[in-house]
Amino acid sequence: MGKVGIIGVGQSRFVRAYPGSIREMVFESFKEAIGDAKIAGKDIDATVVCSAPEYDRQRSPAGVLVEYLGLNPQPTFNVETLCSSGTTGIRAAYSLVKSGLHDIVAVLGFQKTSEITAADSQERMGRGADIQWESPFGTTMPAYFAMFARGHMEKYGTTMEDMTRVRIKASTYGVLNEKAMIRKVLTINDFNAPASRLGAIHSSPLRVGDCCKNADGSSCIILANEEKSKAMSEKPVWILGLGSASASVNMAGRETFYSFHSAKEAAKKAYKMAGVQPGDIDVAEVHDGFTIAEIMAYEDLGFARPGDGPGLIASKETYKEGKIPVNVDGGILSKGHPIAATGGSQVRAIVLQLRGESGDFQVKDPALGLVHNVGGAGLYTNVIILGRE
Amino acid sequence: MATLAVDNRFNEFGTMSFTSVTRVNDFIGYLQQGRIMGSRCKKCGISFFPPRADCCHSLDSDMEWFEVKGTGKLLSFSTLRFGPTGFTQGLPYTIAVLDYGDYKIFGRIESSISEAELHIGMEMKTCPHRLTGGHVDYVFQKT
Repeated sequence: MGKVGIIGVGQSRFVRAYPGSIREMVFESFKEAIGDAKIAGKDIDATVVCSAPEYDRQRSPAGVLVEYLGLNPQPTFNVETLCSSGTTGIRAAYSLVKSGLHDIVAVLGFQKTSEITAADSQERMGRGADIQWESPFGTTMPAYFAMFARGHMEKYGTTMEDMTRVRIKASTYGVLNEKAMIRKVLTINDFNAPASRLGAIHSSPLRVGDCCKNADGSSCIILANEEKSKAMSEKPVWILGLGSASASVNMAGRETFYSFHSAKEAAKKAYKMAGVQPGDIDVAEVHDGFTIAEIMAYEDLGFARPGDGPGLIASKETYKEGKIPVNVDGGILSKGHPIAATGGSQVRAIVLQLRGESGDFQVKDPALGLVHNVGGAGLYTNVIILGRE
Repeated sequence: MATLAVDNRFNEFGTMSFTSVTRVNDFIGYLQQGRIMGSRCKKCGISFFPPRADCCHSLDSDMEWFEVKGTGKLLSFSTLRFGPTGFTQGLPYTIAVLDYGDYKIFGRIESSISEAELHIGMEMKTCPHRLTGGHVDYVFQKT
């Protein structure tokens, strides 16, 4: 079997509350991806739909979406791994194409979080952990990540200022990204000023400004086999490595609170499959749902040694001009986090970088890109390595 | 014809339980008696907390209860200022993990302990705790 390529990418503008239904929201990214790939709906042999349940009332969304998009009678199904659902869909689609079962597969990721209140959303996300033994204590995702932030601070001396730098970098690029929800340049004063909203504690030690925002949005990534990719796309981007791993759902099963074991495992597998090293990566999208998560990602992916993540952001090496640009589209912290649409948005960002189509935040001539997408508090991680060759 | 009584004691776990029936429902019975119990596989001897009905190593289901005793080391913690639906009235509260060596325990810090009194590595003990409405859980207290 030959290589698997990405021939089309699309993303709706991520917003706090999309003024339409899920099918209409998904239509936006689908139309963009179809136009990008220069194909028609009838060319798509199957779809994989990515959605975390309970944010809207639609059960089994796959059927609803493919009917609206004109994709009957092609097969479809839903996949879900919390915030990493989008890249899990790409992993499934890769397998469908690589196996020869289908030639072209579209991955549709979406979430409409505005259907419920912020407190309800916290409760849903908190239940993306162990509902039997942890949720009865009132858990939330920010609090779980906060436990890792405190662990990283204790182990390596990481500071709140280090985490602030991650948010400031995200804002530097978010303002340039017309699909991002938050488009405002932030400075350290936005965290330190008296009565600052961003500086207020959310779940100690994390502040409001360390946490991403819920968003509504959709993404669409179209995969094709080697023959179709070469025939249909002028600039196909190839999937060179896929790594995926899981970890204990209960925090009582975690060995450490300063790293995600699932991320290290997934990265190891992806690098091995692609035959590349961390130093070979030219541009990356990492799961910065929380500032500490980006710092841990630098270390878990091997961009920095354990404990050196804060130094990497302090030296601005993860800015566009640095040695390993990370989240130069604004990341989740600026774009917002429509749960199962996020992975596709990350993949789209890297595909556009490798095609040289990222406009104001284009990195200079990248050949290899990486996507790191985490579901839950390190419960699942997918790492995908993409290349021009 | 008599209807079968459902043992749904797990409804009583924590501020709000999301599970009613489990094969380790006796955990709640023990907790009501003031005892915090884990489970151990009789075949391979591995101790589990939270307790499990089945061992994932031996795939055996012959488990025995053991009581959590002594102290554990505080691995990490976070004090929530924003809570999920159903928990906002109890804010702020602190979640944490204690390391007992053979197993770890996730739970809450006892509410009278301020965040300033906590530091990673300190020894704490796990104590039964009664909530309103007959609910029970456990909290971590200073030794």
